[in-house]
Amino acid sequence: MSTVQTSMPVQAAAAGEPSLWLRLRANRNWAALWFMLPAAAFLILFLAYPLGLGIWMSFTDERIGRGGVFIGLENYQWLWDDAIFWLSVFNTVLYTLVASVIKFAIGLYLALLLNRHMPFKAMIRSIVLIPFIVPTVLSAIAFWWIYDAQFSIISWSLIKLGLIEHNINFLGDSTWARASVIFANVWRGVPFVAITLLAGLQTVSPSLYEAATLDGATNWQRFRYITYPLLTPIIAVVMTFSVLFTFTDFQLIWALTRGGPVNATHLMATLSYQRGIISGRLGEGAAIATAMIPFLLAAIAISWFGMQRRKWQQGSNND
Amino acid sequence: MNKFTTDRRSLLKGGAGLLAAAATMSGDELLGYAKAWAQTAPWKPEPGAKINLLRWKRFVEAEDVAFMKIVDAFQKANNVTINVSNESYDDIQPKASVAANTGQGLDMVWGLYSLPFLFPSKCVDVTDVADYLGQKCGGWTDSGKAYGMLNGKWIGIPVAATGGLVNYRVAAAEKAGHKEFPKDLAGFADLVKGMNKNGTPAGMALGHASGDANGWLHWALWAHGGKLIDKNNKVAINSPETAKSLEYVKGLYDNFVPGTASWNDSSNNKAFLAGQLHLTTNGISIYVTAKKENPQIAEDMNHAHLPPGIDGKTRELNLGFPILIFTFSKYPQTCKAFTAFMLEPDQFNPWIEAAQGYLSHFLLGYDKNPVWTADPKTTPYRSVAQSASTPAGEAQMSENAAAAIADFVLVDMYANYCTGREDVKTAMTSAERAAKRIFR
Repeated sequence: MSTVQTSMPVQAAAAGEPSLWLRLRANRNWAALWFMLPAAAFLILFLAYPLGLGIWMSFTDERIGRGGVFIGLENYQWLWDDAIFWLSVFNTVLYTLVASVIKFAIGLYLALLLNRHMPFKAMIRSIVLIPFIVPTVLSAIAFWWIYDAQFSIISWSLIKLGLIEHNINFLGDSTWARASVIFANVWRGVPFVAITLLAGLQTVSPSLYEAATLDGATNWQRFRYITYPLLTPIIAVVMTFSVLFTFTDFQLIWALTRGGPVNATHLMATLSYQRGIISGRLGEGAAIATAMIPFLLAAIAISWFGMQRRKWQQGSNND
Repeated sequence: MNKFTTDRRSLLKGGAGLLAAAATMSGDELLGYAKAWAQTAPWKPEPGAKINLLRWKRFVEAEDVAFMKIVDAFQKANNVTINVSNESYDDIQPKASVAANTGQGLDMVWGLYSLPFLFPSKCVDVTDVADYLGQKCGGWTDSGKAYGMLNGKWIGIPVAATGGLVNYRVAAAEKAGHKEFPKDLAGFADLVKGMNKNGTPAGMALGHASGDANGWLHWALWAHGGKLIDKNNKVAINSPETAKSLEYVKGLYDNFVPGTASWNDSSNNKAFLAGQLHLTTNGISIYVTAKKENPQIAEDMNHAHLPPGIDGKTRELNLGFPILIFTFSKYPQTCKAFTAFMLEPDQFNPWIEAAQGYLSHFLLGYDKNPVWTADPKTTPYRSVAQSASTPAGEAQMSENAAAAIADFVLVDMYANYCTGREDVKTAMTSAERAAKRIFR
C-alpha cells in the first residue's frame, strides 16, 4: 500500500522514460528475490553458518570455554600422522560400504517381495517399518544387551544348544565388534531402503509387465529390463541418503561400543565427538568433522552426476 | 549415633535443639538448623536466587535422598530455589562444557574427576569456601588440594571421591590360595591367575569406561614407576617402567573373564552381581546393591585397596567429585553458601552415611564417621582420599591432563597391547604421540 503512494511522485518526476524504480517494480526477478529471501535466510542461518563456523574452528585451537586463535593447518598436520584418526577413516569407509551394500541388497529383495499381492499386505508393510520407527538409542541399547559379553542371548542360546562352549566376545574382539555394529546398522537401515524402493516399484506401469509377458520374457528378464532400469533414479536417491546416514552414524556406535574395543569401531563422527566435546578440544574435533566433508561430497557427486545422465533416468542405452 | 565432630558447634548461636545429631534430624529440625546456619554463614545468598545445579545420577538411592534433603533445607532456610538435574556420568561433562562455552544454563555443576580444570577460567574462585571448610573439618588431604587448586587458587571444591577399590569374593580368593588379600604386585597377579584357574575369574574394564578403566590402569602405570607426564608436564610415557607395567597388565588380562575390552562402567557391576565375576575394581555400589538384592554375594565379598607399587606406595586414581560454580552465575554467594552448607558436619555426616561408603571424604575430620567402622567391609573406602592421585600424577592438575583422561590415552595403550593389536614399543609410541598432541 505504501509503495503505491511513494511511487506516485517518482512517476511524475521522470515522465517519458520509466524510472529505475519502475523498471525494478516490473521486474519479476526482483520480486522473486524477495520471495526467496526467507528460505535463503533459513539456509544461511541453520546450514551455511554452522558449516562455515565448523570449518573455521578447525583452523583454530579453540577449546571448550575459551576462544581460539588461528593456527593454520596445525590440527590437520597432527591428524595426518595420527594412527587413530586413519583407523577411524578406514572404519568409517568400511562401515559405510559394507552396510550400504547389504542394506541395498536386502532392501531391494524385501521391496520386490512386498510388491507382490499377498494377504495382509498393508499390515506386513507396516511391520517392516518397525526397526526404522524405534528410536536409535533404544535399539542400540537392545543390541547392547544382545551383544553383552556375559549376558548375550545369542551366546546363551548357542551354549544351551551345545554348539559353542564360551560366550562369543561380540564387542570385545575387533572383527566381531565391527560385524556386530554393521549388523545393527543394517537392521535399522533396511526398512528405509525397502519402503522407498517399494514406492518406486509401484510407479512402474503394469502394462509394461503385461507386454513383456506376452513377448515371453522370463522373470529375470522382466526384472533386468523393466524393473531395474525404471527404478534406477529412485535407487540413486535412496542410496545417496543411505550412504550419507551411514557415513555420519553416531548414536549406534556411541551407545554400543564408544568406539572400542581398541578403537576398532571408532567412526570419524564418534572420534570427532570424543576429541571435540569429551576432551574439550573443539578445534581438533572440528578438523575431524571437516575431514568428513570430502567423502560426503564425493558420495553426493556420484549420484548427482549419475542422475543427470539420461541412461540412468530412463534406463535405455540412449546416452 | 552421637559421635559427630563437635568443633563447629561452638559457633552456633542457636539453642540446644540445634545440637541434635544431624543423622536423626527430621525435616523440620534440619530446616531450623539451616536457618540458624544461614544467620552465621559468611555468605549471604542473593534474595530470590534461582540456581540450576547439575549433578551425576546417583548409584546409591539413599545418597540421593540425603542430598535432596540438604537441598530442601537450604532452599527453605534461605528462600532460594535450587533446581537439581541429574545426568549419567558420561553426559555430565558434555553438558557442563556446553554451559561453559555458551555462558548460560547452569550455575553449578557437581561433576567428576577434573571437570573444573577443563575450563578453569569459567570457575569462580572458591578459596574462601575451601579455607572455611578446611579449618572446620580437620583440613584437606593432599589429593583434595590437588583436585581443587590451580596456581594457589581453589577453582572447585572436591566434595567427595568414590574409590575404585578391589571388590572380591572371599571364598574364591581363599580357594586361589590367598587367605589374606595380597600386599604386593606379584601376589595380586598370582591371585588373579589362581582365580582364573579355578573357574572363578577376575575382570577389570579395558574398554572406554571413563571411571573403571582409567582408574585401575593408572594404578598399574604408577605402581611400576611409570608416568604419563613428569613434573613439568613433559610427556614421559615411553619408558622401561611403562613397558613393565604393560607386561604386568597383559598378564592380568590373559587371566580375565573374556570381553573386558568391551566393558563400560556398568559391565563389571552386572557381571559381579550375576555371580559370573569374582574380582574387579569398583566403587562400593556393587556391595550396596548386593546387600539388598543378593545377600549371599554380599556376605561372601570384601574390599581392599589395590596393592602398593614397587616403591611400596599405593597411588590410585580414585574418582573425585568436584563441585564448581560458573563465573557467569548471577548468584555466586548463594552457590558458595550452598557448597559450604553441604559440607558442614551436620549435613555431610548423615549424607556419607546414607551413601554407605560410596562417597569418601577429602576432609580429614570425617574419618571419625561411624559409617567407616560399623561395617568393616566399608573400612577400606575411608582412606580413599589418602591414596588418591589426580590424573596428572606428580604434575599440577591441568586442562591437558583432564583431556588425556577423556581421550583414553592410557586405556588405549594398554588395550592395544593386551588385545595383541600392537607390541610394547608401538603401543608406547602411539600413546606418546597421542599425549604429545594433547600436551603441545
